[in-house]
Amino acid sequence: MKRLNWRGAVSIAAFILMWTLLARLKAPGFAEIPDPAAVGRAFWDKYLPSAAYWRSWVVSFERVGYGFLASQLLGIPLGLLLGTRRVFHDVVYPVVELLRPIPPLAWVPLSILFWPTAELSIVFITFIGPFFIIVINVHDAVRGTRKEHLWLARSLGASPAYIFRRIILPSVIPAVAVGMTLGIAVAWNVVIAAEMIASDSGLGRLTWEGYVSHTGTTVLIGMISIGLAGYLSTLLVTYAEKRMMPWQR
Amino acid sequence: MSGALSMRGVSKTYGSGEASVEALRDCSFEVRAEEFVAIVGPSGCGKTTLLNAIAGFDTVSTGEITLDGRRLAAPGIAPRPGPDRVVVFQHGALFPWKTVLDNVTYGPLRQKALSRPAAEAKALELLRASGGLDTTAASYPAQLSSGMQRRVEIVRALMNDPRLLLLDEPFRAMDGFSKATMHQHLLDMHRRYRKTVVFITHDLDEAIYLADTVVVMTTRPGTVKQVIRVNLERPRVPQMLYSREYAELKRSAAESVHEEARRAFERGEKEQA
Repeated sequence: MKRLNWRGAVSIAAFILMWTLLARLKAPGFAEIPDPAAVGRAFWDKYLPSAAYWRSWVVSFERVGYGFLASQLLGIPLGLLLGTRRVFHDVVYPVVELLRPIPPLAWVPLSILFWPTAELSIVFITFIGPFFIIVINVHDAVRGTRKEHLWLARSLGASPAYIFRRIILPSVIPAVAVGMTLGIAVAWNVVIAAEMIASDSGLGRLTWEGYVSHTGTTVLIGMISIGLAGYLSTLLVTYAEKRMMPWQR
Repeated sequence: MSGALSMRGVSKTYGSGEASVEALRDCSFEVRAEEFVAIVGPSGCGKTTLLNAIAGFDTVSTGEITLDGRRLAAPGIAPRPGPDRVVVFQHGALFPWKTVLDNVTYGPLRQKALSRPAAEAKALELLRASGGLDTTAASYPAQLSSGMQRRVEIVRALMNDPRLLLLDEPFRAMDGFSKATMHQHLLDMHRRYRKTVVFITHDLDEAIYLADTVVVMTTRPGTVKQVIRVNLERPRVPQMLYSREYAELKRSAAESVHEEARRAFERGEKEQA
């Protein structure tokens, strides 16, 4: 049985206690911030039974899911091509290097102009964030494949196609895992900001509406929900990583 | 009986013009079938370059390398590795995503030299003979100690029934106790399977203790400085390290090795022998 991390539990309890004290004492900056009990009550009474609230979860998860999945499905093959095909690398890599430093949110205006619906714009922006991370990670991993593994595979009779499938691909799996971990966090960062700017649904929009309507409990419920959603996504990615790399258990 | 290796006038230069680096110059020596040869020399003297040329990972600029009369390397010949010359690398090269059994059976299955049941049976037999490693067949390399990993690598090489076993400082990172154990293991495997071994090392004691012949190389460009026939009896046992014969052999080689180490140091080499 997994041991309880009592230090973590104490830390969370201390955080909630501190928040309660600061909110009740109306400490500077806390005048508009509700205490945890008020947030809990609002959640229980208003949001837990609300279909619209759970719809926000589903919408944000869908956007992250589609964007993240598309980033991996396109980014991994692109990284492999860049790492293994020299001419392709020479032609395409400079473009990747040029586009990579552009923050995902800077794509918002162009995305709105380009895509026919707001939904597609947000999914695209959520795709862009993890996309360059996975491309660079896979590209670097292919180039970092140990030459001893390649040499040995050739010595023992492997064809170039076999080396690609059975040596290079498994070699890049740890880099894919790192790219997924970083990418899922970026996808949540981006989707929330994009929802605040360009959407009328999702957890980001819920949080923003709380701010616009001066409803502190809604803002905090939105933030906590985003944190939990991100945490759940990380658990899923970690589970997938363990399945992908049984040799690292 | 096979595994006779011949190096004649082998040179290797990387690059061209002013930026060129001459790694090897006119290296010549012969290795008899089933012989255990150790190549010693300071770091950067071209030992690994030589091994890579034998293994078929790199070209040579002049000269030729033959194995049982078949030309492996010469100018204009594309390097071609093969299962008749398997390398055990300095930092290990087991595939981390494959189990011990899959690593070991990889060669014969790829070459379709054996059926899977036959390859697995042979692998388990060899693993068992390597200090009971058959119990680790389902483990991944990361779950083994470095000594066990090296033994698995030697088994993987032997699975291909190579003519030549090439070992590139395989015990370099090991502590003294593990190294001594690995020496006995390697000697035992050599006695049982009678493969020609080329063993690269910078450790003179290791070279004399293991080998039939020690080839001392000069600092870069590496060339053969001295060939020492080791007349210690086999099987080798650790007590021999304190024998008069061993001391004599070491004395005769130490002068050459230390002179090259000093030259390497003076040339600003990063590491010494």
